[in-house]
Amino acid sequence: MSARDDILGAIRAGKPAMNAPAPAVPSYDDGYPQDREHLTALFAERLTTMGGIWQAPTDGQNLDDALQEALADKLGKPFEDAVIASNVSEVAGNRGINENDDPTTLHDVDIAVLRATFGVAETGSVAFTEKELTVNAVAYLAQHLVVLLDPAEIVTNMHRAYQRDDFAGARYTVFHTGPSATADIEGVLVRGAQGVRSLTVIAATANA
Amino acid sequence: MSTNQPDPAATIQSKTATREPQPRPAKAPDGKRVDHARSAKQFLNAPEHAKSHDTRVWAMRTKRDKQAHTIEEWEELRELASQIKTHTLTNLGSYLEEFEANAKANGIHVHWARDGAEHNRIIHEIFTDHGVKSVIKAKSMLMEECGFRHYMDGVGIEIIETDLGERIQQLDGEDPSHIVVPPVHKMRSDVARLFAEKLGSDPENDDAHYLAGAQRDATRPLILDADAGMTGANFAVAETGGFVVCTNEGNADLSANVPNLHVASIGIEKLVPRVEDMGVFIRLLSRSALGSPITQYTSHFRGPKQGGEMHIVLVDNGRSKRLGMDKFWSSLKCIRCGACMNTCPVYRRSGGLSYGATYAGPLGLILNPSFDAHRYSNLPFASTLNGSCTNVCPVKINIHEQIFGWRQVLAEEGHLPWTKKTALSAAGKVLASPKGYRAAIKTTNSALKHLPRWALYNRMNAWGEGREMPTPPEHGTFHDWYKRNRLSGQTKATTGSDSR
Repeated sequence: MSARDDILGAIRAGKPAMNAPAPAVPSYDDGYPQDREHLTALFAERLTTMGGIWQAPTDGQNLDDALQEALADKLGKPFEDAVIASNVSEVAGNRGINENDDPTTLHDVDIAVLRATFGVAETGSVAFTEKELTVNAVAYLAQHLVVLLDPAEIVTNMHRAYQRDDFAGARYTVFHTGPSATADIEGVLVRGAQGVRSLTVIAATANA
Repeated sequence: MSTNQPDPAATIQSKTATREPQPRPAKAPDGKRVDHARSAKQFLNAPEHAKSHDTRVWAMRTKRDKQAHTIEEWEELRELASQIKTHTLTNLGSYLEEFEANAKANGIHVHWARDGAEHNRIIHEIFTDHGVKSVIKAKSMLMEECGFRHYMDGVGIEIIETDLGERIQQLDGEDPSHIVVPPVHKMRSDVARLFAEKLGSDPENDDAHYLAGAQRDATRPLILDADAGMTGANFAVAETGGFVVCTNEGNADLSANVPNLHVASIGIEKLVPRVEDMGVFIRLLSRSALGSPITQYTSHFRGPKQGGEMHIVLVDNGRSKRLGMDKFWSSLKCIRCGACMNTCPVYRRSGGLSYGATYAGPLGLILNPSFDAHRYSNLPFASTLNGSCTNVCPVKINIHEQIFGWRQVLAEEGHLPWTKKTALSAAGKVLASPKGYRAAIKTTNSALKHLPRWALYNRMNAWGEGREMPTPPEHGTFHDWYKRNRLSGQTKATTGSDSR
């Protein structure tokens, strides 16, 4: 007998003989703000508690300037020298990412700029699929991550997030909630454990 | 990098840093029974470590409560999670078949392993086929169960742990002591000494930021050079054939996305039926574990990346057998959050290594005996049965009842040590007879008053180890008091030193 048949056979022979139907899962989001503005404010608040940075561009400020304002003092080198890999049309960057790039070649990226497919107000999370990432590893090998998020794409909570169809279509879907972090050494919170050292989210309407 | 700069206030010379050496409880040799009480005592012999451990573990429990209290539907979520798991486990065969079919349709290679040895062999074969020499790996309790790293050591394939805590334990040649925070028993001075020796960092600098930075810098080249990546899975979704991995460091995403080959080890109990179910579990998992709303990274893998190859090994290793155990099958609902460990007074004070097993704390008491009843026969006694574990469990496993259940099973199967068996059998007879009980209390109280210390505090009396016996009441037993004050018609109660 194959291991598969053995295991399935043992499961069927031993499993508890009871009829336990799957429960319906409610959405639990009646208490969330109905309007975009308040939901975005809630998202920004939760993102901040998870160590992320919320950057709302001031009137007339372009995204390149917003980017510089957010990261200039975090790089440990002049902003002009930073390797910026951008996947969004709004920011030019100075390094391209192509679908067939060997992931290890992305190790020199200082700042990756990506667009999130949606956000979750409950936790301040942003979601990506392989489509937004182009090369999945860029979101982890880069030193800093900058994320454009359309406020119209913020859902209330995790139940609503999982009702979206992204998960069925994509090979890889990931929530980022703040930067890489660890508290493995005596409970001290350290940001920038193995992945990005900072995560900045900038509100930016998607060009349809 | 700026974040790696030492913080002078936090270095080893500061008053708050300890120079106390890390306690190393003895591990039972192969084939021998684990002696939790003895190892716990060895841990407690390092008071600063013991206090630090208790404080940090309890802090996680406190943060968990704070998170739980912010969510009105928390108790409903626990009930839903429990019901979804019951539904899945009672239909596990069909959900596994659905998962396998969908995963294959997505281009994933699916393997099945009856036990740890088969799991290790299968992965060894995959690695041999691909000429793999070095592997970056995310934390997986299942791979710990299988002794995976040990096996790979033996065949000359290098495994590099990418979770900071797990890497600390790997470099130290020590097992993880907590399923979520593997080195929670270590103080930063211990890590500073270890990293100085293994990574060449400054032995006098024990700032956590500096140490985490040293590991990041040392591991990054290994990540870029690895031939394969490995992860476990927190959940597997039948409906999509995908699986979900939760980390705070992003190390699972590095392991899975940098090398072209990704192998995931998944316990067969990790199944949930639908994507929609994930909302319930993700909302519960990190809030129960660390008291954070969600892990920094929640990653859903549903197929190999562009140009990549993905393998899944579905592992039984005693799970189908446990599914057939009337009293214990619901322990398969466990989502490995560690909340029961953080709340347990015995775990907090004895440290995870004293359990001498893959799983420490309350979940360890009910999981380990199903792997090896004799070796772990002492563990179900490392509990006060206070039920706190059951109260915080996000999937509502009746943990403390199962701990008691294992005591019964182990006694019936003859796995208890002689002193425990004899003492419990005598206690059973005494407690079964009211007259015998009263006589015994009187004798004990008198004995406690008059016996010399050596007669009370010795190896035969487990209750005399690590605690003082109570002072016997001055005015006799409760029964004496009741006879005097109640049966003689008096109504005025005297609540003096004899009230207990």
